[in-house]
Amino acid sequence: MALYLARRLLQSVLILLGVTLITFFLLYVLPADPVRQIAGRSATAQTVESIRQQLGLDQPFWVQYARYLRGLLHLDLGRSYLQRSEVSELIWARLPPTLLLMAAAIACEVVIGLVMGIWAALRRGTATDTALMLVSFAGVSAPQFVVGLLMLYVFGVWLRWLPIGGYGTAAHLVLPALTLGLLGAGWYSRMMRSSMVEVLRQDFVRTARAKGLTRARVVLRHALPNAILPIVAMIGIDIGIFMGGIVVVESVFGWPGIGQLAWQAIQRVDIPIIMGVTIVSAVGIILGNLLADIVAPLIDPRIKLR
Amino acid sequence: MTLAEPHQPGAAPAPGASPAVLSVEGLTISVATEAGLRPLVQDVTFTLSRGETLAIAGESGSGKSITSLAVMGLLPPNVRPTAGRVLLGGTDLLALPESRMRAIRGDRVAMIFQEPMTSLNPVMTVGAQLIEAIRAHEPVSLREARARAIEALDAVRLSEPARRMGQHPHELSGGMRQRVMIAMALALKPDLLIADEPTTALDVTVQREVLDLLRDLRRETGTALILITHDMGVVAEMADRVLVMKDGHMVEQGPVAQVFEAPREPYTRALLSAVPRMGSRPPEPAPPPAAPVLVLRDLVVGFDAGAGLLGRPTHRVHAVEGVSLTIGERETFALVGESGCGKSTIAKAIAGLVAFSGEIEVAGRVLRSQADVTREVRRQAQLVFQDPAAALDPRMRVGDLVAEPLVIHGIGTREERRAKVEALFERVGLTRAQIDRYPHEFSGGQRQRICIARALALNPKLIVADESVSALDVSVQARVLALLKELKDQFGMSYLFISHDMAVVDSIADRVGVMYLGQIVETGTREQVFGNPRHPYTRRLIEAVPVPDPDHVRPPRPREAREIPSPVRLRGDPPARVALRDLGDGHLVAAG
Repeated sequence: MALYLARRLLQSVLILLGVTLITFFLLYVLPADPVRQIAGRSATAQTVESIRQQLGLDQPFWVQYARYLRGLLHLDLGRSYLQRSEVSELIWARLPPTLLLMAAAIACEVVIGLVMGIWAALRRGTATDTALMLVSFAGVSAPQFVVGLLMLYVFGVWLRWLPIGGYGTAAHLVLPALTLGLLGAGWYSRMMRSSMVEVLRQDFVRTARAKGLTRARVVLRHALPNAILPIVAMIGIDIGIFMGGIVVVESVFGWPGIGQLAWQAIQRVDIPIIMGVTIVSAVGIILGNLLADIVAPLIDPRIKLR
Repeated sequence: MTLAEPHQPGAAPAPGASPAVLSVEGLTISVATEAGLRPLVQDVTFTLSRGETLAIAGESGSGKSITSLAVMGLLPPNVRPTAGRVLLGGTDLLALPESRMRAIRGDRVAMIFQEPMTSLNPVMTVGAQLIEAIRAHEPVSLREARARAIEALDAVRLSEPARRMGQHPHELSGGMRQRVMIAMALALKPDLLIADEPTTALDVTVQREVLDLLRDLRRETGTALILITHDMGVVAEMADRVLVMKDGHMVEQGPVAQVFEAPREPYTRALLSAVPRMGSRPPEPAPPPAAPVLVLRDLVVGFDAGAGLLGRPTHRVHAVEGVSLTIGERETFALVGESGCGKSTIAKAIAGLVAFSGEIEVAGRVLRSQADVTREVRRQAQLVFQDPAAALDPRMRVGDLVAEPLVIHGIGTREERRAKVEALFERVGLTRAQIDRYPHEFSGGQRQRICIARALALNPKLIVADESVSALDVSVQARVLALLKELKDQFGMSYLFISHDMAVVDSIADRVGVMYLGQIVETGTREQVFGNPRHPYTRRLIEAVPVPDPDHVRPPRPREAREIPSPVRLRGDPPARVALRDLGDGHLVAAG
């Protein structure tokens, strides 16, 4: 286990290095000029140039990158160009709402996806199955900003059941979490259905029935743990997919998380914040996958961590 | 579909006999298809008394498994009983609602299945699965259920039962898993145990142990047993009565001795005569020494396993460890042994599918490494595998499949190839008209004929037949074996015949090599090895084979649950090589 973790840690460092290099390079070649954003439209060429020197943006790419890495080694993500504060502080402040939203969204997609998937598998070939899979298909295909705005209109404006945006109470959480989770729920229900259908055909399910167990116990105790493995692996990957959705959903619902922070930073070419958010997301994805890999052998003892 | 008339039990129990535990009357089972109900089993009637064993025998598709699933109430969703009754002590199981049937399942009627590898839940411990079975029917505490589970594991002679409770199925061998299945089935002392091909997936010595165990347990508990099997040897050894089924119908039913000695129905007679029997083939004069077609010299195949620091392998699987043998022209050499003994790995090495060291000589060409196995070598040595359904691409026409080796080797024009394929089809007992069909349109036996035709296409010197008849029903098996013999006489090739089935090997081989843990422990002519087995392992193998003769008396042998040691060893710790001693006339036996 220690050996495994050490190997994974080494891999993670390499991945992070690659992520920083690629993101840094993309931002370097971007035609938008951050200095223009800082100086404002009326600034003289001289002012612009002095800001550029001050930020070190006149240096060659490798020098800039090396300097950024040096800071990163000391856990220093740099200072925002425009917000006049440390990037790490900005992210730290915005992280809890995002983590809360993610956790709620994962709970949504897992619960909705599993229930729909298991239900469809047990009713395979019936109208229920077809209807459930149609719904899941809609969930998979609808863009998140459409789902978000639709739900906002129906539940927030029309029915007035839930607040249309903001942060603070559990009621505020419902719509953004659902919006973010529905896409995954669609995927999970389809995966869960096919995985469950496969497992229900297995010999050990017949054995379980031959023992005289109840249907519920056969499905939940015997079939489910065997069918859920592909889903567990997916949850790890999902955190990455969520990062894209979170930028959209936080903007639509005015959720004060790092997605919103990233969105503002992209608009204003605030490179340190974009870099910081990217690195934090990458760490999140790496941790998510690691967690999924560690959980898998707990569910299926045949899986060995190597 | 008309309902069957109320049915009289076929054989009324003799006066004084114990009352029937189970009586099945006029059972008809149908599958719902788009064209309406189609019967799978028709009008099956039998009774079973306490402590009695009834074998339901038949070939694939005979309906024997469906019949047993109907008794359990475990039929697939689109299959249902359409007539008849299944009476368990007076209760008609077919009329029971699922909730009451569930209470009977596992408690009064229990079942064990063919595949021990997949019949246990891989993510639950053995103990959890046993305890669950007990607590599903009896309101006992966890502690008490656990104690009874350990007791049940002990009853099936599983070593260290308390430790087994915490193990997962993948940590146990096939024989041990089947013991766990039996323990689970018998933990609640059911009135009736249904065993559906319980030993078919097991090695012959493990089969012996499981059959012995079942017989002992039946005697100890008085449980009635329905044994579903295709193996007439198992029928003869285990059953009191036998019911022969074919295509969903009962063909014949009666006491085992009577059915075996004086079968009334032609089908039963044909089935019994198709069963290969050890020692039924008369001794034949040894063929004159011929030029060698295949020579193995100190063949070694190993695989790395395990991963330590930096992913370096820690163990090595010694699959084949120094095997030497010679197969002459027109000779059939059989390799026998149990799973994991390395016999199939030898086939793979000859086909160039695994890396090897040592020497392989095919038709005079010496190969010293996998890279030496060129296309020309493969042309001389062709393979026929166990599962013909998996060996034929389902999307290719069978004619193209047979012609493919010719295309790969660039032989002949399109018309010449077509003519050759037609000739091959007729030679293996198929017709020209079938050439443009697809594999799924053929039966298992026909598919194996197609595989044989494909192997013959290049006129090889050697055909490696790896368990080529093992998946076939006995009557089909007998015909394919006859075909293989004819082809050998006609085309003059040699066979390396790999099989776990002693009786089949006895019926086809000229010479035999017995493999154990990657090495040959005894080899010689068929008469030498089977008529005068000298190595203890050879004797164990031969003694373990079920004999299709109810009068056969098996000498008592200590009941043992021995596991074959693993060929996986730490790196740098190779197994000891056995030294073969010549007992005269080429009968070689491992010393010690």
